[in-house]
Amino acid sequence: MRKHFLVVMSALLCICARTSPADESARAQMKGLDEQVQEVKSDVLSIAAELNQLEEKLLYPSDTHLAVFVSLAQGETLRLDAIQIRIDGGLATHYIYSFKELDALRRGGAQRLYSGNIATGAHEIEVSVSGKLANGKDYTQTERFPFTKEIKPKLLGVVLAGPGAAQPGIHLGDW
Amino acid sequence: MRRPWQWLSIGLALAASAARPSVAADLRDLYFGEALYQANQGHYFDALERLDAELAQHRSLDEPQLDSLQYHIRQADFSVGDFELRYRMHLRAGRAIKAVLDADVDQPVKNEAAYRLARIEFQKDQPEDALRALERIQGTVPDNIRDDIEFLRANVYLALGRPGDAADVLRRLQGAQSLKGFAAYNLGIALLQSGHSPEGLRQLDKAGQVDSRETATAAIRDKSNMVLGSLMLRSEDYAHAQLAFDRVRLEGPYSNRALLSTGWAEVSAHDYQKALVPWGMLIGRDPTDAAVQEAKLALPFAYGKLRVYGRAATLYGQALDSFGKELEKVDASLRSIRAGNFLNALVREEIKEDNVWVVRLRTLPDTPETFYLTELMASNDFQTALQNYLDLEDLHRRLIAWQDGFDAFEDLIRLRRANYEPLLPQVDAHFRELDSQMRVRLEQRDHLQKRLQDLLTAPRPTLLATVDERVALERLRKIDKALQHASGPECDALQTRMQHLQGVLTWRLYTEYPERLTQAHKDLHALNDNVRMLQEQYTAFVRARQAAVHSYAGYDQLITRMRTHVGEALQRVDTLQARQGHVIEAVAIDELNIRRQRLEAYQLQARYAVADSYDRALKEHATGGTQ
Repeated sequence: MRKHFLVVMSALLCICARTSPADESARAQMKGLDEQVQEVKSDVLSIAAELNQLEEKLLYPSDTHLAVFVSLAQGETLRLDAIQIRIDGGLATHYIYSFKELDALRRGGAQRLYSGNIATGAHEIEVSVSGKLANGKDYTQTERFPFTKEIKPKLLGVVLAGPGAAQPGIHLGDW
Repeated sequence: MRRPWQWLSIGLALAASAARPSVAADLRDLYFGEALYQANQGHYFDALERLDAELAQHRSLDEPQLDSLQYHIRQADFSVGDFELRYRMHLRAGRAIKAVLDADVDQPVKNEAAYRLARIEFQKDQPEDALRALERIQGTVPDNIRDDIEFLRANVYLALGRPGDAADVLRRLQGAQSLKGFAAYNLGIALLQSGHSPEGLRQLDKAGQVDSRETATAAIRDKSNMVLGSLMLRSEDYAHAQLAFDRVRLEGPYSNRALLSTGWAEVSAHDYQKALVPWGMLIGRDPTDAAVQEAKLALPFAYGKLRVYGRAATLYGQALDSFGKELEKVDASLRSIRAGNFLNALVREEIKEDNVWVVRLRTLPDTPETFYLTELMASNDFQTALQNYLDLEDLHRRLIAWQDGFDAFEDLIRLRRANYEPLLPQVDAHFRELDSQMRVRLEQRDHLQKRLQDLLTAPRPTLLATVDERVALERLRKIDKALQHASGPECDALQTRMQHLQGVLTWRLYTEYPERLTQAHKDLHALNDNVRMLQEQYTAFVRARQAAVHSYAGYDQLITRMRTHVGEALQRVDTLQARQGHVIEAVAIDELNIRRQRLEAYQLQARYAVADSYDRALKEHATGGTQ
């Protein structure tokens, strides 16, 4: 019995396990499938690109297109819980963040929070954020910014930083 | 044989993470930031979709250097390769990086591109190509990737069957903090492969004593100890084997195997008493684990050797019960998999919030099919198949949503057409009327501008006379004409008065000419402002008119074509998903059958052993032995 046990054990520990022809066949089958999956992924990505263009043309023509992005200042430790965007007084969107999304923002990502349509001319955006600071205190902040929509698509970047940051508060960048 | 580089995957993963592109510290392109946001959450399809679009747009520009992506272009080129790799598109990965390598860029950038390309080729199981890419690295190498490059080079050498070269490289990396544990372990393996067994074992011993609290380093340290212990066990050096197994953490991926192996090392050294401790600890652990199941037989075996037959018989009896229950579980798992429940469990959304979701599958209620498959699911091949299945499920969902989207698009277009088409003829008629009026006014303005321009080179004060002055001048001209045909003293006096008045007017026109000319230019500028506003309104109208038509016209063919593409892709995705699912189920069933056969063999052994132990216990009792 001990011999049997040692065989089992060495099979468990072996770093260079042999594979059977059946394993090889299964692996070849998986590899073939994997290549086909890669091809279909590529095709679906192309479709997605074309669909995006169609969607933008249909839903957000460039002369009325407004997109609002949100990012965190570099090294920001603010735990962002929620954000609300108002444009010309009307609610555009509000969003509650998951841990994963907050982590993605902290690692330098920018979230496209809102896409919509707006007439050319002068407008106002109001950004309200709520969250918690590193010391556990609640944090809320609201800022209003004027902006002008021209004929080209308008991209607004909202950068958030807690009170401990070099440039604390809510900042609006124009792209 | 398993390819040698497959057992070095942990080491490479560390190197890859160390060289991950830094986050956009100073984000200049929001869409690139959006791609990072998606990638940071593991949404590589969305990240690639965004980044591909951005890069394509950037490359189509006449002056790409003015584009906001230009600031991030190298990072974007590198990221697209990373994303493709992470989205398991190995065939495509590396194209963007190859383009950087072939472009006219500085050597440091080329070096980084070559490193990234080499990493991709290595992960694609193409070590020859990886080495070729590494050979393109010349001159100064950025400090932050220097060690990673050399570590990759060593792994490539190992993959190419050049362990001696790998060992040379790895020796130089022993001080690299970022590779702590990994470089030591890989050096041990390289030395063993190159035939330097004593040195290799010493090196594994070192790797097994690396001091670190990092999870990844602790895991590679455990792995070093497991490999070293098993080699020592094979060479019957039980004391050193036991030492190595003892160093494996009690909680970790190798802990069960280590406890089992420790016991075997003790048993091999004929110290059955000491084997009771690790095996006794092990039998209380997860009953589906292969090491735990083996320990359930091993522990009574040790008691038997210690002549404690009664305890051995009891434990064999417990093992028998346990194996029976586990066999029922395996059978339930097999039935569940055949009913399609395994694939259904894999696509359940609620468990995919983190990257250890496969492990957490076991915690799901009503998923017996997953109990025995955690280990299988952690294997590379199965992971690829599983991830492909999940990716196909994701593509399926997207394509279905897009199909529904086409109906919404068509509704939108129909409503827009119904709204605009009746309005446009009236709008166009009114616009044509306004357009002709506007053209006349613009011609008048152009004429005025030309005349004012002429006055700058050839002054003509009469052209700037007011209406009253023109009327007065005309009247004076007529009076002058009438006086030419008259005579007499009154006529002379009238002639004198008329000339006086003409003189006054001429004086005024000439003396006020500069001011009048300046005023005329000011008026023209004011007019230009109004004309500019008019033209802006005109352009806005034309644009709005075009936008109205573009909002519903010209989409029919495009939507029909895209609907066909989506339909075809959906069909392919569904076919592939079914095939992939079948492969996964078949592999899972094979695995369960292996586990079933092993459990049956254990059950058989336990059945014989329990009877044998009872017999021996009875004999001992009869002869007055200790119990």
